[in-house]
Amino acid sequence: MPKWKAYHRPQHVQEALATLAHYQGRARIVAGGTDLFVELLNAPAPFEALVDITAIPELRTVRRDGPWIVVGSAVTHAEIVASPLIRRHGTALAEGCSVIGGPQVRNVATLGGNVVHALPAADGTIALLALDAEAQVASSGAGRRWIPLSHLFLGPGQSAVDATREVLTALRFRATAEREASAFGRVMRPQGVALPILAVAVAVRLDASGQGIERARVSLGPVAPVPFRSRRAEARLRGAPTSPDTYRQAAEAALEECSPRTSRYRATREYREEMITTLLPRVVEVAVARARGEAWARPRLEAVDHFSSFGAWRAPS
Amino acid sequence: MPTLRMNVNGQPVEVDVVPDAFLAHVLRYRLGLTGTKIGCEEAECGACTVLIDGQPVNSCIFPALKAHGTRVVTIEGLSNGELHPLQQAFVEWGAVQCGFCTPGVIMVAKALLDRSPAPTEEAIRAALKDTYCRCGCYLEMVDAILVASGQAPRHTAINGHPPASPKALRAVGRPLPRPDAVAKVTGQAKYTDDYAFPNMLYGATLRSAYPHARLVRVETHRAKALPGVHAVLTAEDIPGEKHHGLMFDDWPVLCYDKVRYVGDAIAIVAADTPEIARRALELIDVEYDPLPVVTTPQEALAPGAPKVHGGGNLLKHIKVRKGDVEAGFAEADVIVERDYHTPMYEHAFLEPECAIARVAEDGRIEVIVGSQIPYEDRRQIARSLGVPEDHVRVKGAFVGGGFGGKEDIAGQIHAALLARATGQPVKILYSRQESLRVHPKRHATWIRVRLGATRDGRLVAAEVDILGDAGAYASLSDKVMTRAATHAAGPYDIPHVRVDCYTAYTNNPPAGAFRGFGVTQSAFAIESTLDVMAHELGRDPLELRLRNALRPGATTSTGQVLRESVGLVSCLEHVGHHLRSEQGPEWWHPFPNPDDPARVRAWGLAACYKNTGLGGGAPDWGSAEVEVLEDGRAVVRTAAAEIGQGLPAVLAIIVAEELGIPYEHIEVALPDTDTTPDGGPTTASRQTYINGNAARMAAQRVRDILAWAACEALGAPQAELVFRDGLITARGRAMAVGEAARMALEAGRRPVARARFEAPPTQPLGQGGDMHVGFSFGVQAALVEVDTRTGEVAVLKVVNAHDIGRAINMLGLLGQIRGGIIMGIGNALTEEYPVDEGIPFCTTLSRYKMPSIRHAPEIITFLVEDELPSGPYGAKGVGEIASIPTAAAVANAVYHAVGIRVTKTPLDQDWLLRALRGQQGTPSAKPRHHGGHQGHQGNEEHAVPQRGPKDVPFLPGQTRGTDAHNEFGRRQA
Ligand SMILES: Cc1cc2nc3c(=O)[nH]c(=O)nc-3n(C[C@H](O)[C@H](O)[C@H](O)COP(=O)(O)OP(=O)(O)OC[C@H]3O[C@@H](n4cnc5c(N)ncnc54)[C@H](O)[C@@H]3O)c2cc1C
Ligand code: FES
Ligand code: FES
Repeated sequence: MPKWKAYHRPQHVQEALATLAHYQGRARIVAGGTDLFVELLNAPAPFEALVDITAIPELRTVRRDGPWIVVGSAVTHAEIVASPLIRRHGTALAEGCSVIGGPQVRNVATLGGNVVHALPAADGTIALLALDAEAQVASSGAGRRWIPLSHLFLGPGQSAVDATREVLTALRFRATAEREASAFGRVMRPQGVALPILAVAVAVRLDASGQGIERARVSLGPVAPVPFRSRRAEARLRGAPTSPDTYRQAAEAALEECSPRTSRYRATREYREEMITTLLPRVVEVAVARARGEAWARPRLEAVDHFSSFGAWRAPS
Repeated sequence: MPTLRMNVNGQPVEVDVVPDAFLAHVLRYRLGLTGTKIGCEEAECGACTVLIDGQPVNSCIFPALKAHGTRVVTIEGLSNGELHPLQQAFVEWGAVQCGFCTPGVIMVAKALLDRSPAPTEEAIRAALKDTYCRCGCYLEMVDAILVASGQAPRHTAINGHPPASPKALRAVGRPLPRPDAVAKVTGQAKYTDDYAFPNMLYGATLRSAYPHARLVRVETHRAKALPGVHAVLTAEDIPGEKHHGLMFDDWPVLCYDKVRYVGDAIAIVAADTPEIARRALELIDVEYDPLPVVTTPQEALAPGAPKVHGGGNLLKHIKVRKGDVEAGFAEADVIVERDYHTPMYEHAFLEPECAIARVAEDGRIEVIVGSQIPYEDRRQIARSLGVPEDHVRVKGAFVGGGFGGKEDIAGQIHAALLARATGQPVKILYSRQESLRVHPKRHATWIRVRLGATRDGRLVAAEVDILGDAGAYASLSDKVMTRAATHAAGPYDIPHVRVDCYTAYTNNPPAGAFRGFGVTQSAFAIESTLDVMAHELGRDPLELRLRNALRPGATTSTGQVLRESVGLVSCLEHVGHHLRSEQGPEWWHPFPNPDDPARVRAWGLAACYKNTGLGGGAPDWGSAEVEVLEDGRAVVRTAAAEIGQGLPAVLAIIVAEELGIPYEHIEVALPDTDTTPDGGPTTASRQTYINGNAARMAAQRVRDILAWAACEALGAPQAELVFRDGLITARGRAMAVGEAARMALEAGRRPVARARFEAPPTQPLGQGGDMHVGFSFGVQAALVEVDTRTGEVAVLKVVNAHDIGRAINMLGLLGQIRGGIIMGIGNALTEEYPVDEGIPFCTTLSRYKMPSIRHAPEIITFLVEDELPSGPYGAKGVGEIASIPTAAAVANAVYHAVGIRVTKTPLDQDWLLRALRGQQGTPSAKPRHHGGHQGHQGNEEHAVPQRGPKDVPFLPGQTRGTDAHNEFGRRQA
């Protein structure tokens, strides 16, 4: 009585879709399996077959396509961290993925899995959101379509991608231009599950003077049922001078629209709220410094393991 | 079945696999490559790490079919005849204890070195981030990896080598690799699940769905009808005693009338495959009648509480009385009182429980199990089978960690019952999740300490009330809580002491032995209170401890007058000296992280003691056998379980010392109740002391036999013979020990001897006199860093001194000390096993975080070798002591850093931050207390709280709800 009766490893997206179609909803996509298999550990599998998409070459590439950086959904976190393109243009993503699990997990866990698992605190997803990423979904009937990433999230653990019928094929975000940069930070707790108490990602573009913020994107989790973009924080940053005051105000704006929950054994609402005011300004500060090319704020991805949320960087004071 | 083709360790492999197979299973159970371990099947622990096309992955969740066409390298593929440099370095630098994590760790390290030939320590730590070692040999791993990559070790070396004791003899006191280290680094060491037998069946256990319920009906016929099922047993099928237990037989082998916790076993199944066995469990129909759940010991002892067992819920009331506390407090100038809480903790030994039983050729039942007490297992198995003990043979295997959690029966009786019922070998392997749910934990405690002192720093009275959650079954609660109580006033000479300790049944998982054995909890309370007192008195916490420390001539709380081997003062002085030279005379003052002032650092200190041996009037003995073979090698046999603590090295060193045989020529056999004499339990830090002595005595007897044979050949009297380097020499002539062994054998005397060592008698609690044969002492100072923005706490450094009597194996000793400290950091910062209405939260390992390599601080150790005359070469126990004071040292350091008194473990950053915010003003690096006249600057309110009425048995944690320190953030809805 195997848990699933077949394990397919298609070579092409079409083949994956055809296999899914063949099972009529009784087969499911798997990538690294670091979420799926752990979930199924002590539960019966609600499907008959698995369709492993990690052998599809197209889904395993990172490439530049005009203004876009396109990341295949089956690219692993380790590959993301190692990718010069992503480090440069999606620094927050490289940073977010660098803190997921250990090397063994990062060697198999994929960005697509992180997105489709749809946890409000998933590190890769939070980073993608700040990068204003789009997701490409392929389904047998409708072909492929690009949709804004935020449209994928229906609720905690609930994705709009139906992994029994569709394949998330790629994620893309715009390459970083002059005076643009992104950053990621999170607060963990040493007890219990390896998901952040709070993760924050920020992408900024500075104005020509370098002293003002032209626009910013701010994402956080878990502060809502889905990975969250704080439009108010973004509005507060837009057009504002690069100053600690601005960053603090952005955090206050974020607080107005975030509703972090008290979760037993993890964190209280109060703590999460305070972490928003603590971490968000910090991540904005790092992103701004990066956009200016300040050396202290360079990502330190080779030692991905910071003791403290603030461990990696020190602004010269 | 699909065919999987891959290259494993350079060989093409073709194997048909089921579609849902994971690579770890295929490697272990199909290809026999059992060096790859399985610790969790959740991608959490890293024990299953193998390389796929050069990259480390967790093979437990790597679908086997995904490995198609890849190159897989396992630990077995690393050495071809010769050890890989990593393996060699792991052996030499003590980076192996129980060895269960070792293959996974080495595979990660291999991948790291392949990519980065000379990694920094930071890179090593990042690579091993999610590869856990419960024994805590992280610093040794760092050193081993540095050495293997041609760099200098940073943690363990003195002059480039692991250090020897200043008192080292030829073998005793040297840093010697464990005899089993090579087997462990190569993946050859066999743990129970690594054994397989033809026709072996797989057992599975049906667990209770409720924490407390009457069993109305258990219906098994659907399960029995399932093809592939060979037996389904319930309580009715137990031929002998239906209960087991280490002290009281209160634990049903299979439940029949009611269930008392969610780990209770109701039925067991043996089937052709583990999958069928699990499926069969689903076909067993159980009808429950749920009963009200007793969730805390406070509730258990309240009037009218539902009864967990037939009698009352009070399992034991333990009293310690010394002097007259009323008079003592009357003498006191300052009295402080605090409440503490420590939750349940999980052992999280990396190897889940496993037992294999089979009917041997001679009709007896043979059980292979990695247990801490082989002979006790035999007794309990035989009783339930209804056969004499010698109809059961218990054979040990390598044990992937125990820490007290493998003293109670797990699957061994079940496997034996199933083997007897089916006539086939039966393996019962717990999944990690089952292990988390079933085996006894560390007692949750609520402790109130009241301490009185005179202005000049003399402790005059201590009152401690302890309430311990025994959970559903007694296990060792009586003994554990007794130890908590007897040690509750700390290693101090306090004239007036009263301790009352209650432990009660609840419907939580049972609590039993866990490294520290109750002292972990009470030490946290008393050592925290000692710092509160130091603060109130405006004194240096170190001086306060020195002033009151147990010394020779002092009397413990139980009335034991200590005669010798009391190295506490020396430990305090070592640590104090280090603190003052590193940090200055006011070593407790906080200081900022130079790069980031919002992170505040400070030192904190704690001391402790821990008995060696069972004590309390229990006969404590062990036996060992030593044989010298004709090839000059020697074998030591004792059924004393090695669970990673390093006993084989200790025994081999002692025998090497006594017989002058090179250490490498001594083999230590695994326990086997047929061939090795009873070594007693691996508990109470007793094995080095008890069986070290037994082995030494046996070796001396063998030496006499060899001498008898050699003196004629050498033409010298026995008294002149010198045993050295594998030779016996006298008057310029020499012969090999093996030759002497052969001659003795020819002359009709086999060079083998057994010895039984009996510890000096001890007294039960309450009778004064020697309750224990001796105590080890420990002092630890932790340097912590508190991030005042997030509440995060890190331990950066632990300076420690331990009096362990005498170092036998320096490598093992340092490993125990560091591993203990790292486990202590787990107590302080990362670990907790919450139970809610009888339902454990930690259903998966992902919900129970033991310290990882990230949490391993710099550790600086001073050894105090204050010999215990009755110990082998003066040695006392070290297995537990180092894990005991760490949590209090960390809590005291946090107080020094930010002025917040931590009264609950583990420290919760959420709570800490809110406590910080609740303070007047913002915390900064300002001196907190002690010394001079700055006494009351800190944040300690209510110095002398009023005590409640004394006639009611006081239950800490129940009465006072007003103490802000008892508000633990995460407990709020
Ligand atoms: C020890 C450990 C630590 C972890 N730490 C973190 C952490 O710190 N932060 C964090 O965010 N996560 C963490 N994770 C979670 C996990 O690693 C990530 O979420 C991972 O990115 C999931 O990717 P995967 O490829 O393994 O997904 P899978 O488990 O293969 O799939 C997850 C879900 O997505 C679906 N799916 C996957 N790919 C596709 C696709 N292309 N199209 C359609 N559906 C798809 C699957 O059907 C499944 O429902 C950790 C996990 C472990 C085991
Ligand atoms: S990570 Fe695979 S067994 Fe634990
Ligand atoms: S040696 Fe690492 S777990 Fe025991």
